Amino acid sequence: MRMNKVYNRIESITGNVITVRADGVQYKELAQINTRFGKSLAQVNKIDGDVVSLQVFAGGQGVSTGDEVRFLGHEMRVSFSEDLLGRIFNGSGEPRDKGPALTENMKPIGGPSVNPTKRILANRMMRTNIPMIDMFNTLVVSQKLPIFSISGEPYNQLLARIAMQAEADVIVLGGMGLKYDDFLYFKDELSKGGALSKTVMFIHTASDPTVECMMIPDMVLAVAEQFALQNKDVLVLLTDMTNFADAMKEIAITQEQVPSNRGYPGDLYSQLAARYEKAVDFADSGSVTVLAVTTMPGDDVTHPVPDNTGYITEGQYYLKGGRIEPFGSLSRLKQNVNGKTRKDHRALMDAMIRLYSSYKETLEKKNMGFSMSRWDEKLLKYGELFENKLMDLSVNLPLEDALNTGWEILADCFQSDETGIKSDLTDEFWPVR
Amino acid sequence: MTENTGRVVSINGNLVSVEFNGNVSMNEICFVLVGDTALKSEVIRIRGNIAQIQVYEMTDGIKCGDKVEFTGDMLSADLGPGLLGQIYDGLQNPLPVLAQQAGWFLERGIYADGLNAEKKWEFTPTAHVGDLVRAGEYIGTVPEGPFTHKIFVPFYLLGNYTVKSIAEKGEYTVKETVAVVTDERGRDISLSMSFKWPVKRAVKCYSERLAPVETMETKVRLIDSFFPVAKGGTYCIPGPFGAGKTVLQHTTSKYADVDIVIIAACGERAGEVVETLTEFPELIDPKTGRSLMERTIIICNTSSMPVASREASVYTSVTLAEYYRQMGLNVLLLADSTSRWAQALREMSGRLEEIPGEEAFPAYLESYIAAFYERAGYVRLPDGSTGSVTIGGTVSPAGGNFEEPVTQATLKVVGAFHGLSRERSDARKYPAIDPLISWSKYKSVIDGKKSEFCKNILHHGDEIGSMMKVVGEEGTTLSDYIIYLKSEMLDSVYLQQNSFDLIEANCGTARQRYVTDKLIHVLGSDYAIESKDDARGFFNRMRQRFIDWNYTEFESDAFKKAESEIDALYVEGKGKLDPLAASLLKDGE
Repeated sequence: MRMNKVYNRIESITGNVITVRADGVQYKELAQINTRFGKSLAQVNKIDGDVVSLQVFAGGQGVSTGDEVRFLGHEMRVSFSEDLLGRIFNGSGEPRDKGPALTENMKPIGGPSVNPTKRILANRMMRTNIPMIDMFNTLVVSQKLPIFSISGEPYNQLLARIAMQAEADVIVLGGMGLKYDDFLYFKDELSKGGALSKTVMFIHTASDPTVECMMIPDMVLAVAEQFALQNKDVLVLLTDMTNFADAMKEIAITQEQVPSNRGYPGDLYSQLAARYEKAVDFADSGSVTVLAVTTMPGDDVTHPVPDNTGYITEGQYYLKGGRIEPFGSLSRLKQNVNGKTRKDHRALMDAMIRLYSSYKETLEKKNMGFSMSRWDEKLLKYGELFENKLMDLSVNLPLEDALNTGWEILADCFQSDETGIKSDLTDEFWPVR
Repeated sequence: MTENTGRVVSINGNLVSVEFNGNVSMNEICFVLVGDTALKSEVIRIRGNIAQIQVYEMTDGIKCGDKVEFTGDMLSADLGPGLLGQIYDGLQNPLPVLAQQAGWFLERGIYADGLNAEKKWEFTPTAHVGDLVRAGEYIGTVPEGPFTHKIFVPFYLLGNYTVKSIAEKGEYTVKETVAVVTDERGRDISLSMSFKWPVKRAVKCYSERLAPVETMETKVRLIDSFFPVAKGGTYCIPGPFGAGKTVLQHTTSKYADVDIVIIAACGERAGEVVETLTEFPELIDPKTGRSLMERTIIICNTSSMPVASREASVYTSVTLAEYYRQMGLNVLLLADSTSRWAQALREMSGRLEEIPGEEAFPAYLESYIAAFYERAGYVRLPDGSTGSVTIGGTVSPAGGNFEEPVTQATLKVVGAFHGLSRERSDARKYPAIDPLISWSKYKSVIDGKKSEFCKNILHHGDEIGSMMKVVGEEGTTLSDYIIYLKSEMLDSVYLQQNSFDLIEANCGTARQRYVTDKLIHVLGSDYAIESKDDARGFFNRMRQRFIDWNYTEFESDAFKKAESEIDALYVEGKGKLDPLAASLLKDGE
């Protein structure tokens, strides 16, 4: 092991990136830099001969050419043990709560991907007690799903509820560019709901340095992966991945990389995929499931961040008007599980969505001033009941109750032969009035 | 292995610059030594005594001054018996073997032979001592699953060779010598059952390249009847996310009428590969009666695996395809997705600081895409038989916009275009190939004029449909409304196809011909219909009967019964065949 040599001359400072002349430095190695505002970590992201570029976690502000840079001889790591549970850290892995720093059993972050032959087919449902998820777009263990949303939607409230209600052994929450209020909200809600003791949080708030934002997903996923290898079902919640992509954009532009689309670096897809693909169901061990909020600037799903995300993930939840939209949303893996929940699940789900789609058409006709037929009146009643009793985000029902509610709604509005459901199912499930 | 070495002088992502002494060739493979591990890399630019190399692994931990060993070889694939049924990464490392060595994760610096060196194969010689042989001709055979695997004189041997000795029938490993040949200068060369071939060079050991004329059945009605693909042809499937590209490729890989399918999962989800891995060994290939896996090779370099080997994976796949083509087999290569490959090129181009083209893709994007698709083809082999490589690539255009560079570059070189649309997939109309924008230059399984007739109904129906959005149903004439209903019916009973139902998904040529004739009869007739409500009711019933018919087994009793229901309804509606349709149907007889 070489001595951790100290360098006292910083050659250049551009944004959050500094360069020093140094020998024997490894690519991606960490360094510590002492500035007048305190210590900060920095990571090597380019080496050209003896010119080493580092991105400074605390940012370039106030860094002086005479500041001391000490290379640490290892890459970014995170401590892993049961002690993590209930704790809150920042993007550098330092405590954000009043607890002690953890330095034992350090694990590298951003490790290699799982051998596809060691994965198993996703086939277990993860219950959340949110009908629009459990009943209509079932979340499956080891699935990776974004929550596409415009700013202002209650996506963090939704995440907090999922964190409290989901059937997971461990929750790892990563906040990127989080408003401080939202950070407090998560902390309060989880401790009120009693889920804090099975949760680890890595939080970067909007006022923290950009480079730390980029570290959050890797920290979160490294911890999640370790828990999964200990036979735990881990649910990873990330908010918001668009801030993560923007942080990457900022660094890429600072380092004069050629931008590809709207200023984002050419490897945006690979960078996002490297994170999302950490979702896994290990053969003979635990699993990692990923739910990640992705805000869509201007409600534009073709914006590079949601667009690339959509190509990577296994569907998406589309949060709009305070509800999970049944049309834009899709869980690609739901058919792996919804055939073995209850035998009316699929048929009821299909019929209710089909009728809801007819309701939307009728609503359009009504708004255009066309007269309403008796069938239209039925659909209008149905749509309203469906929205209030199942779609509303405050509805909290186990899957079986949600299915029963679905039958009740249908029976309130239609005759059983108007629903297009096979008669052996209506014979069994149609509510007797 | 040459003794040529160098030293790392700079590192930027997976691009490393190396100072070297001797001679280095472009695309040569070298290894960067980091501690105990050697990281496989490829030379992609040489300037003076600096070689820039792309590392096929994560570059964390590399230091300036680290040693680099050059091999003198280009990136090559191992060719020989034992490729079928394998699951490889982009560099032809068998993933199950890596899992045995490294466990859960794809640890860097661990490589394994593409072919099992221990397994013995039953070799039968076909060449005799004294025979004159050339590259691409075969000297013996080995049974591999349902196929006769030919053992070739390696493709890289130039000139004529005389067989000096050849092994007797018996069991040999792929590395054992099975023949010795003598070149024109009298030097002896030992041949085994396997050899290496550089993946970025096309195999050209054929006597001539023929025009692709024979249609490759995919059993997807919309493709075979309207936008067909020929054996040895090329096609592309662009579409936004969620439109069903991968499901369509997956269906094709199961039902396509070819001998061998190579699935290149290039930069896509690992979960989809796991699905194939779980499902295929259980499925039976109707042609051979054996497991589908025995005709399949999977090359998987999923999105989180290193980008440089993603680029290599498409070349590895097409090389394996060409190898089996040389045996007189029809091979289908499904590349999902070529956009991820193009993005890998873009990432490297950016690191090389090349002047960017459109959307920062490199200027050579088009020629690379063209060169890749040109490796497809229908060829006559030295022994007179024919073989083909068909390439179908999906494209994942940013924002679902087909104007972007990868889609446009691909459209210039392929023979068929299956454009998926968000509107169709949102409406759950699968396969979501948009018949109004797609095209094909190949021959349909049904008569060309009949295909045109059906497409005309679709175009006409679409025009009326858009007009109806403005003027409403009330403003549309009854005859236009009927055409609209006919096009809707054609769409729902013929274009849409349930890929999860065994009978429905596997719709062969004979059935397609039979059903289109029936459809032309029904759609090419006038009916005694008085009102729009009547028309809607009539075509709804007709549609339902056709759908029921689709789910019956071809030529079974149920099939005939369902058909008679259609005929009965036709009579009930007082159908009268119009002259155009009548002449079409007569031509066909």
